[in-house]
Amino acid sequence: MPEAPLPVPSPPPASVARPPRRLSKTPGLVLFALGWIATMLLVALLADQLMPYAYTALDLRNRLTPPAFLSGTWAHPLGTDELGRDVLSRLIVSIRLSLIIAFGATMLSATIGTLLGFLAAHFRGWAEQIVMALADFQAAMPFLILALSVLAFFGNALGLLVLLLGLHGWERYARIARGLAISAGAQGYAAAVRQLGASSARIYGRHVLPNIASTLIVSMTLVFPEVILLESGLSFLGLGVQPPSTSLGNMVGYGREYLTRAPWILLSPAAVIVMTTFAVSVVGDWLRDRLDPTLR
Amino acid sequence: MHPRYGTGLGMSLLTVTNVGRRYAMRRGLLARAVTVHAVDGVSLSLERGETLGLVGESGCGKSTTGRLVLGLEAPDGGAVHFDGAPMPAVGDAAWRKLRARMQMVFQDPLGALDRRLPIGVQVAEPLEIHNLLNPSDRPARVIELLGAVGLRPDQAERYPHELSGGQRQRAVLARALATNPDLLVCDEPISALDVSIQAQAMNLLMELQARLGMAILFISHDLRAVRQVSHRIAVMYLGRIVEMGEPDAVLHDPAHPYARALAAAIPHPGLRGQTRPVLQGDPPNPADRPSGCAFHPRCPIAEAICRTSVPALLPRQDGRQVACHAAHRSDAGVHRERAA
Repeated sequence: MPEAPLPVPSPPPASVARPPRRLSKTPGLVLFALGWIATMLLVALLADQLMPYAYTALDLRNRLTPPAFLSGTWAHPLGTDELGRDVLSRLIVSIRLSLIIAFGATMLSATIGTLLGFLAAHFRGWAEQIVMALADFQAAMPFLILALSVLAFFGNALGLLVLLLGLHGWERYARIARGLAISAGAQGYAAAVRQLGASSARIYGRHVLPNIASTLIVSMTLVFPEVILLESGLSFLGLGVQPPSTSLGNMVGYGREYLTRAPWILLSPAAVIVMTTFAVSVVGDWLRDRLDPTLR
Repeated sequence: MHPRYGTGLGMSLLTVTNVGRRYAMRRGLLARAVTVHAVDGVSLSLERGETLGLVGESGCGKSTTGRLVLGLEAPDGGAVHFDGAPMPAVGDAAWRKLRARMQMVFQDPLGALDRRLPIGVQVAEPLEIHNLLNPSDRPARVIELLGAVGLRPDQAERYPHELSGGQRQRAVLARALATNPDLLVCDEPISALDVSIQAQAMNLLMELQARLGMAILFISHDLRAVRQVSHRIAVMYLGRIVEMGEPDAVLHDPAHPYARALAAAIPHPGLRGQTRPVLQGDPPNPADRPSGCAFHPRCPIAEAICRTSVPALLPRQDGRQVACHAAHRSDAGVHRERAA
């Protein structure tokens, strides 16, 4: 990539020339996905200000009102549910709760997995055997059943739900982190830095982690949608977020009874789930390329 | 080119005494584990400012010897002394501290550099690790080091993949020199470089040694490279040193039949068409070491004694060390004639 400016007959003002050039190099799909994620984050942050009604407020006269674009009224732009609660308000609150759960759980599983993977790679021997046995156990266990039993016995506080979902997918990070750390240690940069006299913390924190971050980020973007879907599934089964709280999966779950008569209750949260998971995947793929200096 | 022996009195900078390194190797699922003697009873010493070249075919234990010398691996037998003190255990605080005094130059410079950090940051890293200099003085030291190996100051901003192979190797060298080490182990430092760059890299190494006075263990399979940079060379075969001496003497008049075959393999201009002795037999299998002298199945002058008794590495009259029954006998014969 040449860094010197090309000779142009009449150079445009520099301040205008730079930012559009960088922006135009980003693919449209990525811009859209970034925009979507930004919107979701804004919605989650400003949920209290954006809600037209309280999400538990009943409007018994306007039950099962269709959305504004389906011959409804603008009083309830996305319609109302069987108790006359505003779907838009509920959607906004659901987005906030689902994002908190999904981000929290993804971060937790990435941290646990990477840490265990590094431990296995560093100590080898029995530590590695234990970590790998746990990872195999985790992979072989149907997660939904584990989640169901834990939630059934311990009730479902939000914190417990996040913790539980944070256990989902850690074995993938552990395997990736272990494999890449071992190969970096056997030959190459990690061995070179170790022979410079660096401490283990420095080798893993400064060199190995940044080098494998791109792989970990991609696998985070794979786990993130799964966590959203898992949360949706649990809520759908009635074991996730409990009424009167609401989440995207919870809305889909309770909306299914009215699928034929009032599909809008279910469709808007379902659309948000699909769009968000898609946007996260697109951004993750793009980020991996951006974070790699050899591809810049 | 003259060796500048020891600034200190008595003790060598590096003394390696009879070290060995075995690996257990398992072939197939149910096979018994086989012990491979990668290095078997190697002794050598190195003075400050001296270069010892280590040559041999691949798999003969050169690189393992280099790792043992640096203390990156603990030997199964024997001892390594650096500057009079025994090598501390791998990974402990004393071992880490000692890294500032002994450094390694790798065969693959792209693999040895972190591709996510600019060259300048990586060259400064040994200074940070060993807490040398003030943080404010480090950038100047990095520029100085880059200059010493022939890189421009602005190349400190570059990432490894933006440099050529020769420039990367210079960057690795600059990083190795950052702490002013007393010992540099170069493991095949030039074999990944273009032929045109190899000579430059070797000249740079010799120039830096003349200026900084560090000892170098130069490991290579390239005989001509070793001869150019070394004050002494050691020829290895199957984990043992078979001949050690001045490079011109060893390569012009090799005493060990293996060294003779190696020296004969050096291409000479103008000798096209002449027959040269070619080694017979298969390359050795380190897991199934021949009895007696390990070289006897391929040796043109092997005798009965070679199959049963391992020849020791003994000095000859001219100071060269050889491990060969035939060479010892003829040397003794020459000596007797002289005495008579």
